Amino acid sequence: MTISFNHSPTAAPEEAPPLDSGSGIGSPMIQVESLSKVFQGGFQALKDVSLEIRRGEVFALLGPNGAGKTTLISVICGLVNATTGRVLVDGHDNVANYRQARSLIGLVPQELTNEAFTTVWDTVSFSRGLFGKPRDPAHIEKVLRALTLWEKRDNRLLELSGGMKRRVLIAKALAHQPKVLFLDEPTAGVDVELRREMWDVVRQLRDHGVTIILTTHYIEEAEEMADRIGVIRRGELVLVEEKGALMRQLGRKELTLHLDNPLTEVPAALAGHELTLDDEGHALVYTYDVTRQDEGTGITGLLADLEATGIRVKDLHTRQSSLEEIFVSLVRENA
Amino acid sequence: MNLQSVKTIYLAEMSRSLRTVLQSIVSPVVSTSLYFVVFGAAIGSRISEVDGVSYGAFIVPGLIMLMLLTQSVSTASFGIFFPRFSGSIYEILSAPISYFEIVLGYVGAAATKSLILGLIVLGTARLFVPFTIQHPLIMLLFLTLTALTFSLLGFIIGIWADGFEKLQLVPLLVVTPLTFLGGTFYSIDMLPPVWQAVTLLNPVVYLVSGFRWSFYGTGDVSIWASLLVIALFLVVSLAVVNWIFKSGYRLKP
Repeated sequence: MTISFNHSPTAAPEEAPPLDSGSGIGSPMIQVESLSKVFQGGFQALKDVSLEIRRGEVFALLGPNGAGKTTLISVICGLVNATTGRVLVDGHDNVANYRQARSLIGLVPQELTNEAFTTVWDTVSFSRGLFGKPRDPAHIEKVLRALTLWEKRDNRLLELSGGMKRRVLIAKALAHQPKVLFLDEPTAGVDVELRREMWDVVRQLRDHGVTIILTTHYIEEAEEMADRIGVIRRGELVLVEEKGALMRQLGRKELTLHLDNPLTEVPAALAGHELTLDDEGHALVYTYDVTRQDEGTGITGLLADLEATGIRVKDLHTRQSSLEEIFVSLVRENA
Repeated sequence: MNLQSVKTIYLAEMSRSLRTVLQSIVSPVVSTSLYFVVFGAAIGSRISEVDGVSYGAFIVPGLIMLMLLTQSVSTASFGIFFPRFSGSIYEILSAPISYFEIVLGYVGAAATKSLILGLIVLGTARLFVPFTIQHPLIMLLFLTLTALTFSLLGFIIGIWADGFEKLQLVPLLVVTPLTFLGGTFYSIDMLPPVWQAVTLLNPVVYLVSGFRWSFYGTGDVSIWASLLVIALFLVVSLAVVNWIFKSGYRLKP
């Protein structure tokens, strides 16, 4: 599956340097400045959000449901009016210069929305024309082939499966050759195979210099795709971090060892391990980092030491913190 | 002006009409023919001339108006309601086009379709009764202005409606009654004086009357009053559409 674009690729470095490094990769693709959104009825969906998206990067916006991910995207794309603050897309204000700003953007919405009775070909061609681009059947064909929709081009949308419909939405967003692509929960409700395919598509677009912003609540997806990750919670952007750094925080796991006989304190022989007592001494909890593959998780050493001390283990289980818990801890750390 | 975008919306809407050609074109023609059979031939044969023309010919302008109003409203309202309903409106709202261009595409297509239908119904009517059109240019002007104005009204309804029920409400409870009571099938001279006065509050009276004037040179009210009312209607509709987009009503929270 390959997607090619007519416009020339822009710089898409493997690991983009931090924004404040002044490395000269050019102005940011998207600048969100002090954005707030209060909906009618008083619900504040966004609270003073400021964010810069670098040219050519894949930026993942993580957050639980209702955190404000979609609202943020909607404001940038012009679907929702900001209460305060502004958005620049490649330097164009998305309100004052909405034509220039919007023509750069392709949006793949979260909901499967399309006109059931039109054909794949017609709906994708419609999207291109709607964005003011002249007809280009060759480009539409390229997009449809890349998304394995070519065989379905004459099918009406109501005849397609959910996964196919999602591809159609991506094809529609790519029809006018955008420089920024927003993917709102692109793989929600999508099977594993299609998810992999979509990730491939995103990678190829990135290779062609398209800036990509995706929202997700799957850590795995962010891990697979993103250069940088932003975490949004209750309308606030609580952190923006390089993926690697964040993954180390997200990679913590807990191993709980249920003991035959309760302990009053962690034995001195085990002091070298990061252990805490739990369940009134009936359990030892070991916290480790799964991403530290070079040094190992330390589990083997711990088990060997346990055996040496003669502590008998009745049962054990491991647990990875849920995204929600990680968000909570992130908020606490960043408070 | 982003003509490419306007053209794209316009053509997509026109092809939607073509796709539903049976519902879009055949059904108005059939229902108009039925009106002619019932009112023109069956009942009309027992009614003498009205305003100097045969009853069959008398109802032609009113019937065309009836069809024009209902079709303009239903086509335009559905045209914008459906993307709202299906959610695909996101694409229109995120496209680099102005509100004016969106309206031009949707309302232009609805008005064109109504105009074509109006002419088809005119041709169908000619098969049933002989008539002449004294002022063809004024006739076309009325046809165009009415199609445009009521397509705008339809557009407003399509934005206002939050369900299929509401979508039908205005056409069924407002447009159709006003048209039937607007002198489509009778001259308001036939009414008792009190009802004549009440009828003059119905804007459709002015449309039907003006349209009939372009055919036969006579109407219930003066042609200028008719032109004024349709112009007023157009201005009010444009103002409401303008407000909708400026305020983001039901489109942009």
